[in-house]
Amino acid sequence: MKTWNNKAWFMVLPVLALVAFSAVIPLMTVVNYSVQDTFGNNVFFWAGTEWFEEVLASDRFWAAMGRNLAFSAIILAIEVPLGIFIALNMPRRGWGVPVCLVFMALPLLIPFNVVGTIWQVFGRIDIGLLGRGLYALGLDYNYVNDPIDAWVTIILMDVWHWTSLVVLLCYAGLVSIPDAYYQAAKIDGASRWAVFRYIQLPKMHRVLLIAILLRFMDSFMIYTEPFVLTGGGPGNTTTFLSIDLVKLAIGEFNLGEAAAMSIIYFLIILLMSWVFYTVMTNYGTEKG
Amino acid sequence: MSFSWMAWTWPTATFFIVIALLLISMGVWEYLSPGGNPRVGVLRFETTRGDRLFVSLLGAAFINLAWLGLVGPSLWWALALSVIYAIGVFRSV
Repeated sequence: MKTWNNKAWFMVLPVLALVAFSAVIPLMTVVNYSVQDTFGNNVFFWAGTEWFEEVLASDRFWAAMGRNLAFSAIILAIEVPLGIFIALNMPRRGWGVPVCLVFMALPLLIPFNVVGTIWQVFGRIDIGLLGRGLYALGLDYNYVNDPIDAWVTIILMDVWHWTSLVVLLCYAGLVSIPDAYYQAAKIDGASRWAVFRYIQLPKMHRVLLIAILLRFMDSFMIYTEPFVLTGGGPGNTTTFLSIDLVKLAIGEFNLGEAAAMSIIYFLIILLMSWVFYTVMTNYGTEKG
Repeated sequence: MSFSWMAWTWPTATFFIVIALLLISMGVWEYLSPGGNPRVGVLRFETTRGDRLFVSLLGAAFINLAWLGLVGPSLWWALALSVIYAIGVFRSV
């Protein structure tokens, strides 16, 4: 027998009011801005779908989107295998466990703008350890002028900042595997690869999925760290969607176009969030 | 309290009124037939009416954007396509 009592929904009302002020009303305003043009003074002119057409036809938008996707793909390709590798090699018992966990958690605790500043100083060729060190080795490294160096630095920074998340999630998956599985594998004479492929990887599957989706979403929305490190440069080579959006809205005061771009960006993120949520809530249910 | 800073226009107001009416009618539907009618459709996982509305609206947004980018600024055909898409979603997802 089912009981239907929806009175608990009234408890949600305060949150609903808060969300209305913090999210729904600003979002409505952005939609209103996206179909108009303004030169300030709260005077608006109807523009229809012009801004959307402009954004969809602009090379600048697609270039930023391409850079964003490339960035997400590269960091996932590095962070996921590296995270699994580190998690597999972390101690399972003894004093090493808390030490490793604390060291792994440290980069995650540092605020985004501080991470950007740390790497900005670290990479400088006059005083930074990385920049100065590479210079001393005879490498022509300069993240301020060279696009490839800028990309390498941003990717290194992201790997340094976020691989820990993948490690911690994978580690949580690994420690939940009962010893009996390993004993059975040993009796069968399974190789190291077979243990990984048929015992560890299936047990990590779920947390790995969460890690991949979280890292994809986060890297797709990245703003603070590259903004502090390179400011989108040299040229536009590290201008991701969010940086481009801020340039458009605040730098150029092009509110209509920025609003249209925000909505397109928002829709893409909404779609990804939906996929993320659906996969997480449904994964495994169809099998069970 | 003035809302002039929100720069309202009739088309955007209509858009949000339609969304609000959709949500209200979903509420009424839920009241009349509670439970959200969960079922497993072509996406091979369980969806409720609310999920189907969300997928319809999100899909409609992308259909309109794609139309704007690939065809042109007249969005009535895109709207018609979105309605057909929504009917498809409500019947088979």
